[in-house]
Amino acid sequence: MSSDRTGPDLKARAQGLGFHYGPVRALKGVDLPVVANEVTCLIGPSGCGKSTLLRCFNRLHDLYPGHRYEGSIQLQPDGVDLLAPGFDPVMARLRIGMVFQAPNPFPSSVFENIAFGLRVAGEKRPLALAERVETALREAALWDEVKDRLDAPALSLSGGQQQRLCIARALATQPEMLLFDEPTSALDPAGTAHIEALITELKQRTTILLVTHNLQQAGRVSRFAAFMYRGEVVEYGETERLFTRPARTRTENFITGRFG
Amino acid sequence: MSLARRRLGDRAAAAVGLLALLCLLLALAAVFVQLLLDGGARLGLDFIVSMASRDPARAGVLPALVGSALVLLVTALAAVPVGIGAAVYLQEYAPDNRLTDLIEVNIANLAAVPSVLFGLLSLSLLVHGLALGESILAAGLTLAMLVLPLVVVATREALRQVPVGVREASYALGASRWQTVWRHVLPAATPGVLTGVILGLSRAIGETAPLLALGALGFVAFLPPPMLVVEPPFVDGRWLSDPFITLPLQIYDWLLRPDPAFRANAAAAGLLLAGFTLLVNAAAIGLRWRSRNPTRQR
Repeated sequence: MSSDRTGPDLKARAQGLGFHYGPVRALKGVDLPVVANEVTCLIGPSGCGKSTLLRCFNRLHDLYPGHRYEGSIQLQPDGVDLLAPGFDPVMARLRIGMVFQAPNPFPSSVFENIAFGLRVAGEKRPLALAERVETALREAALWDEVKDRLDAPALSLSGGQQQRLCIARALATQPEMLLFDEPTSALDPAGTAHIEALITELKQRTTILLVTHNLQQAGRVSRFAAFMYRGEVVEYGETERLFTRPARTRTENFITGRFG
Repeated sequence: MSLARRRLGDRAAAAVGLLALLCLLLALAAVFVQLLLDGGARLGLDFIVSMASRDPARAGVLPALVGSALVLLVTALAAVPVGIGAAVYLQEYAPDNRLTDLIEVNIANLAAVPSVLFGLLSLSLLVHGLALGESILAAGLTLAMLVLPLVVVATREALRQVPVGVREASYALGASRWQTVWRHVLPAATPGVLTGVILGLSRAIGETAPLLALGALGFVAFLPPPMLVVEPPFVDGRWLSDPFITLPLQIYDWLLRPDPAFRANAAAAGLLLAGFTLLVNAAAIGLRWRSRNPTRQR
């Protein structure tokens, strides 16, 4: 990447990002850098637009009528604008994976859950498929638990296992970036600890953007954080600095539990 | 209100409900018992494998059984793919606008059209217009029209029930709409789709009026030619253009005859028809149970 920049390498950058659902303006003038190979956290009260912002990165809003974007999201290293007219949302989704709030495995086998994304990406050779399914399951720390029942229905796994399966599914296609939308909100403490450990480890391979309701979680796993309020990014910075010395009163009030 | 009175109200509601259920079961049992008393003695292997006859004691239902099965086959082959295809288009592809709403309302209305009207329609459209004649093909397609709205409505409902998370997960991996629908949404909707298909087909089994309207025979002493033959290409479509009779038509025909001995035959055929329907419904329940139980090991 460019050597004249003093800051860390960016994986993506949202600039002047606005988003509308029909007449509702959900995001306005969002600027957000996403540093490569780090975890960036989006925090803020319910309805502040965290998930909406996350879903701009893989253009998931395009599934529903009445959506409108403004501004740009540049994805490095090629600097392509994910929101440019004529840019195919499928291209964004092939490069950026997503893990959802509630585990949402496909109603098929463990193996098929992971092989699907690979097939969509064009992999047809059975041996290569099997190999990459195993790699993905190992990366998601699930292989030892499911290696003897790859043909079992994914829905027979526990909630925590299902969420790790969803992470493996997203990892299988080796995405450059991963979006996590409150990935532990449906899990118990043990399942949560598992996922957090995984997120910390995954940043070596990919760049992570994480929405969370849980400030402790943000503190544990993220290097950078953005505090959002009413569709705007109020404050962005290193998580530790943001939590200990917030520059804005609203951020401080949120972090100290005075609202939200 | 006191606790005792609320309990009393609870018990009264349960009693009324139970009574209603008993009435229903009683009516069902009465039908079966009457059929058994009238036709039980006639029901035997001979009755099942015999052709039509002027002699009530020698007449059988073989042509009607074969006819019902073949007509139902045509109905299923026509109604299932068209119905599921239409539902997938409406639910997954069609834009959400007035025209789509209008089409949806009309499909639902179509399910309420009296079946004899479908018979009149096919008499002019299929039998004469397309010159299919009073054939198995024309009868199967007529019943398919009748069943189609049920299949479309049930399939749409089943597709709507598929969790949005499954769709989003598929799209988030870069899948196209077709990949999402074919690989994930339709399989997840299978139990509901099957229910609609089976309900539709079991309605088709019992239909009499539309087939009478298009001119079915009352007396059939032959079977259609076989579907499979020994010479290449091994399949033979001549059975499609054969005249036919079905079980409900056979019952109707026998009831119209002056000789009271035919009544026993009608009752025995009624038992067969009821058994046929029960079998189809049991198959539906079995299939649904198999595909609805997600933790089942394959």
